[in-house]
Order: sequence, then C-alpha cells, then structure tokens
Amino acid sequence: METTIAEERPDDTGAIITTGYEVRLDIFQGPLDLLLYLIKKNEIDIYNIPITIITEQYIEYLHKLQSLNLDLAGEYLVLAATLIHIKSRMLLPLEPLPGEEEEDPRRELVEQLIEYQVFKEALLELDKRPLLERDVFKRGCLIEDNLPLPVEDEALEVSLFDLLQAFKKIAASWDKKEVMEIDREKITLAAKMNEVLTLLLKRDGVSMDELLIQGIGKSQILYTFLALLELAKMRLIKIYQAETFGKIRIFATTA
Amino acid sequence: MENIKAIIEAMIFSSDQPLAFDKIQDALPEATRAEITGVIDSLNNDYRQRERGIVLMTIAGGYQFRTREDLAPWVKKIKSCRPASLTPAALETLAIVAYRQPIVRAEIERLRGVDVAAPLKTLLEKKLVKILGRKDAPGKPIIYGTTKRFLEVFGLEDLSEMPTLRELRDIDG
Repeated sequence: METTIAEERPDDTGAIITTGYEVRLDIFQGPLDLLLYLIKKNEIDIYNIPITIITEQYIEYLHKLQSLNLDLAGEYLVLAATLIHIKSRMLLPLEPLPGEEEEDPRRELVEQLIEYQVFKEALLELDKRPLLERDVFKRGCLIEDNLPLPVEDEALEVSLFDLLQAFKKIAASWDKKEVMEIDREKITLAAKMNEVLTLLLKRDGVSMDELLIQGIGKSQILYTFLALLELAKMRLIKIYQAETFGKIRIFATTA
Repeated sequence: MENIKAIIEAMIFSSDQPLAFDKIQDALPEATRAEITGVIDSLNNDYRQRERGIVLMTIAGGYQFRTREDLAPWVKKIKSCRPASLTPAALETLAIVAYRQPIVRAEIERLRGVDVAAPLKTLLEKKLVKILGRKDAPGKPIIYGTTKRFLEVFGLEDLSEMPTLRELRDIDG
C-alpha cells in the first residue's frame, strides 16, 4: 500500500507540486501520517484540532491525489469518513447522559495520532543506533552465515514459517499439466510417516526438497509434508536449516 | 589460570554469534563467575582505552567484537554484506512490534492506520520478527515479537535497552 504524491511534499502554500517528473507514492506512510503532516504544517495544537479546517484540507488533498489518477488506498477514505463524522458530532453534540461529562468527539482520533507520533519518534531513535552492517561490523556477515550443520539441538532452528516457505517452493513447481488421475492412491498419514522415518534412519540426513520431490502427485507431496510436521511434533526427527533460504535438512532423532 | 584473559578473548573473537556468558563458563569450569566478569570488563577497557579498531560489545545477551562506528566508511569498502534495508513501512511496523510485543496484527494496524500484511511479511522473512504463538481470543490471532537477530542488528543487549518512548505530550512542542 503506497499512496501519496508528487516528488516532494507540498510547498508551504499548501499547493501540491504536480510538475514533478516522478510521482512518488511512498512519502506518507498512511492516513495518520498525512493528517499529522497537515497538523504540523498548520501549526495546530493537536489537542484542539480545528476539525472543519483539517477535514477540508485533508479531503482537498485526497481530491488532488485522485486528480493525479492515483489509486487511493481504502484507509485514506476511512479516515476521511471519520473526520466528517467527528465534524458532524461537533456541530450536533449528542445529549450527554445525565451525570456524564460530554465527551470530545475528537478524543479517540487525537489519542491515536499521538500514539502514532510517539512510534515515529521511537523509530528515529532506533535508526540512530549503530546498526549492524551499516555502522558497525562483526566478523563475517549476518545473513550469509554459512554455518556448518549444527550439532546441538538449538544451534539453529527452523521456524514454521521457513517450513511453509520451503513447502510453497515445492508446491509452486507442481506439474500443472497433471490433469488426469486414474487411480487414486491409498495413502495414509501413518504409512507415510513410517516410510519417511525408515528412509531417514537408513540415511544420515535428507534434504526436504529431496523428500518432497520423491512423492508423485500432489497428495503424495502433501502427505510427506504432513508426515514431516507430525514426526517433528513427536520429536522423532530434527529439522535444520543452515542459512536463510538454504536447504532444509531432516535427520532422524537418534535416541 | 594465568592466560584466562587471552582464552576468553580468543573465544569471543572466534565466535560467529554473540558469545553467551554461560558458554564461556561451561568452557572454563574452573573459573569463577566473578573471575570471568572481571576479565571481560578488563578486555572491554583495554579495547576502549587503546583506541583499537574494534570494541567489545554486549549484544543479545552475549559478547561480540564489533568494529568502531566511526570506521564504517573504510570497513564498508572491504565488506560484501549489505545492510538489512527496510522500507519506511517495515521500519514503522518493526518499531511498533518492538515496543508493544507481544502484539497481534490488528493492533499494529490500529496503531499505524494501514494494512501491515506486506511489511510484516518482510520482517518475518528478514527474521527481525517472529511468531510467538496465538492469542487466546476469537479467531486465535497470531502474536508477533522481535527476534534475537533484531537485538543483533540494532546492537541491543536486551529489549530493556531500547530507547524509551517519549511521554505522551504535545507533539507540536
């Protein structure tokens, strides 16, 4: 989701520079960012936002974006609706319940804005830190750590995310021409688990690609994958990945 | 042990990842905790006082030698690693996860006011954010938190070392 405007933010007069050669859409990180920008530009007290003015400017901005044929992300429109709603509530305050103080219709939005602002500042603080491989360096590189296969249990872990990624890779390579299936194979998860385990016990480490590709047809591959998950859950196998996006290797637990 | 300082220095130097105190202790069972701490402090001082090109840092609960920040322009010339470049959207998302973890996606989106599917995926792929589990709430939403790599990249000893959030006060001040 990247939406916003011309080469630069609008100039001080509020006019949007439309003569920019390149339209960059990522200047504002979202509707809250745009709203904060308008508040700052107008030097407005965030606790006392003149909602009519800000709503006008905000919507004017959206119109300009649209006139540039930019697709507006839905979130921008949601905030526009919120602003209009607040505006109407300011004009026609609800009758407060007896004993209750009238609530400022802007309160929730203001809190959200302030919270967002705090995170933006925190982000700048974090960015000032000496970042690894930007400002400071360690031996080798963080990403391409070509570590040897781990010996210890927890030296390297493969997350569920990694497993799914690997599975997606295989899934993407499924033969799409496979349209006929004549004999539905009878596979059971238990049989597959045993098959995988037997193979793993015979050999010292098999890559996940190799295991999955052995299966012919989608159901075989699916069952192999499910069997792996099940075996891992039962702690009968260990799954390792030496580097990001590297080969995932599977070992039988030698207990 | 006479050469305990040299031993610990060599261990930290040769380690790929920040070397945890416990690993040093395990490798040197005859040394006391106080002894090891003392040696590390002393090493730390050595490197700082002698204006060497590297410093000893405490990162993600372990010890690691890192190059001095002011030397980056030269070190970069010989390093092939690229810094983990993140989009502003990913950085914003990361900051929110870091400060508000454990956090569910809906909460990140409420705070940012936009959809965070794409930046969250980037952060997961770059291993700066991980799935901590599922929240016991309707729909069992996934809970996210930062990783050890996050601490490594930002040079933090632990999460408590993060810059403190500014008090909520007037923003145009």
